[in-house]
Amino acid sequence: MAAPIHVAFVGDRTPVWADALVSSLADCFPGPVRASTVAADLAPCFVPDRDQHHATLVLATLLRWRPDPAAKVLGIVTVDLFIPVLTFVFGLAQLDGFGAVVSTFRLRSEYYGLPPDEGRLVDRAIKESVHELGHAFGLVHCNLVACVMHASTSVDEVDVKGSGFCERCEAAVRAGRRR
Amino acid sequence: MSASRILIVDDELSVRHSLAEWFREDGFQVETAEDGAAALRAMDRGPYQIVLLDLKMPGMDGIEVQTRIREIDPGATVIILTAYASVETAVHALKLGAFDYVTKPVDPDDLANLVRNALQSRALAEENVRLRERVAELTQATPILAESPRMVHVLEMVRTVAETDSSVVIRGESGTGKELLARAIHAQSPRRYFPLVAVNAGSIPESLLESELFGHEKGAFTGAQYRRKGKIELASGGTLFLDEIGDISPKTQIDLLRVLESHRFTRLGGNQEIASDFRLVCATHRNLERLVEEGHFREDLFYRINVFSIEVPPLRERPEDILPLARHFIEQYARAMGKPALRLSPDAEAALLGCRWSGNVRELENAVERAMVVGKGPLLEARDLPVAGRNGAEAEPAARSLSALEKEHIGRVLGACDGNITRAAKVLDIDRATLYNKLKRYGLRR
Repeated sequence: MAAPIHVAFVGDRTPVWADALVSSLADCFPGPVRASTVAADLAPCFVPDRDQHHATLVLATLLRWRPDPAAKVLGIVTVDLFIPVLTFVFGLAQLDGFGAVVSTFRLRSEYYGLPPDEGRLVDRAIKESVHELGHAFGLVHCNLVACVMHASTSVDEVDVKGSGFCERCEAAVRAGRRR
Repeated sequence: MSASRILIVDDELSVRHSLAEWFREDGFQVETAEDGAAALRAMDRGPYQIVLLDLKMPGMDGIEVQTRIREIDPGATVIILTAYASVETAVHALKLGAFDYVTKPVDPDDLANLVRNALQSRALAEENVRLRERVAELTQATPILAESPRMVHVLEMVRTVAETDSSVVIRGESGTGKELLARAIHAQSPRRYFPLVAVNAGSIPESLLESELFGHEKGAFTGAQYRRKGKIELASGGTLFLDEIGDISPKTQIDLLRVLESHRFTRLGGNQEIASDFRLVCATHRNLERLVEEGHFREDLFYRINVFSIEVPPLRERPEDILPLARHFIEQYARAMGKPALRLSPDAEAALLGCRWSGNVRELENAVERAMVVGKGPLLEARDLPVAGRNGAEAEPAARSLSALEKEHIGRVLGACDGNITRAAKVLDIDRATLYNKLKRYGLRR
């Protein structure tokens, strides 16, 4: 039985693109996908010096909402995330583990001084969600730009890469093996 | 391909943990160390392609750890990572050989690019080492066999002069391997990574030799449609091998002398001086001293080129080398023809040793090649050799046409190669299309 995926939207409501995300995840991963809102308190994860949230702590917080021991949790947050050595991260995952988190903070065009672009935000959020969950399913970065597991350290790279797995990454996910 | 290994050295657990996760997602094999001592223990379990090293740590600081890491593995690429940026420490770390220096927190894009560049730089350095080894291997590919004391002495001289930048004259009869020695000098010299450019002055008409050596500008003479670099220019950084230097005209002697004195020249039809840093190695079968006495060779050029003189003895004066050379050629042609290497029968050895070899090593090589074609093995017999019973006399019938001999030889080679056109063409040293044409012309079948 493939691991179920629980998408946890942190806040009091789900975004309008929640169904599109769930549908895309269901296409990419073998297990059932469920979504809900989670009223997690991320205040303890906030680091005033950096004016950002510590991604590792946010992920640890979200893992407490795991509905069953076999489930994988994907948290969607709107706050800006960092890990200590990097200025920011779009997301974080436990490699071959249970949790992943994606921040929409730097996926919004407004962050870069551009007009709001909901379509682009949805596209980016889906790509980063599949990418981080891919890590939780044991995938490492892929050299193919067309593959969603291609590393992206800027929003331009998120836009350029593909939205689905390449053949090898998809096969690895379906077979439940690390790549 | 196995994953690159990376060692993260930082006293902060959260930094080690987050960086390790980040690089694992990138497919790296990651290990971490919390201080200098742990880093050095990890290095013993290496090798690591990249070491990310925090500069400020309790105990041994990053600079000291970096020094010790380089002692353990000079090939490891060290990237300094610190929260305490200062130009002085950055410069110090870079002087000690660090690849680069970044301050925490670092932009993920910058870190990804830095690591990518470090790996590319490392791959290029490793490729460079491999290519240099390959160049050394290729340039040494033609061994010079020497068992006779005279040839051993010649090879000692080659080793001695190779390290210098002085001009060398190699003297000896035709076929003694003068060009091979010139290549050996180049291959053992510091110029070996640059070209060896060979010019045979004896085979190029005097009217063309000047253009061949110095190059020409477009329109310098009728037919000079393009600018062309000469051999002297092409040899820059490397060695110019000028064969049959005793045959060059007085005019070219003057031009060559001028280049040797200044290492500058102009192309034909040009007025711009061009510099070329080349080493000259010459060869001749003629007696240069006598040519000087007779006024056919400039004395000043003679002294300029004759800094070192190496005399290659003819094969008949070093019989100890005949059989080792023959066995070497047997192996060489066996490989080229895809045949097993034949052994020399006692009578074949006697025939080889009894021959005068007026054409020297080249004649011996040709004789072995022919014998490998006609020999049926497992022993190479005296009757297979074109020298059998002649000892200086011609073994082939004198009254046969060239085309008849060519037809017969092609037929023999093709048979020896089991009708394989590619192999036969290789043995005959012609291209496949030429061989097909000749087969058609002579009515030969595969």
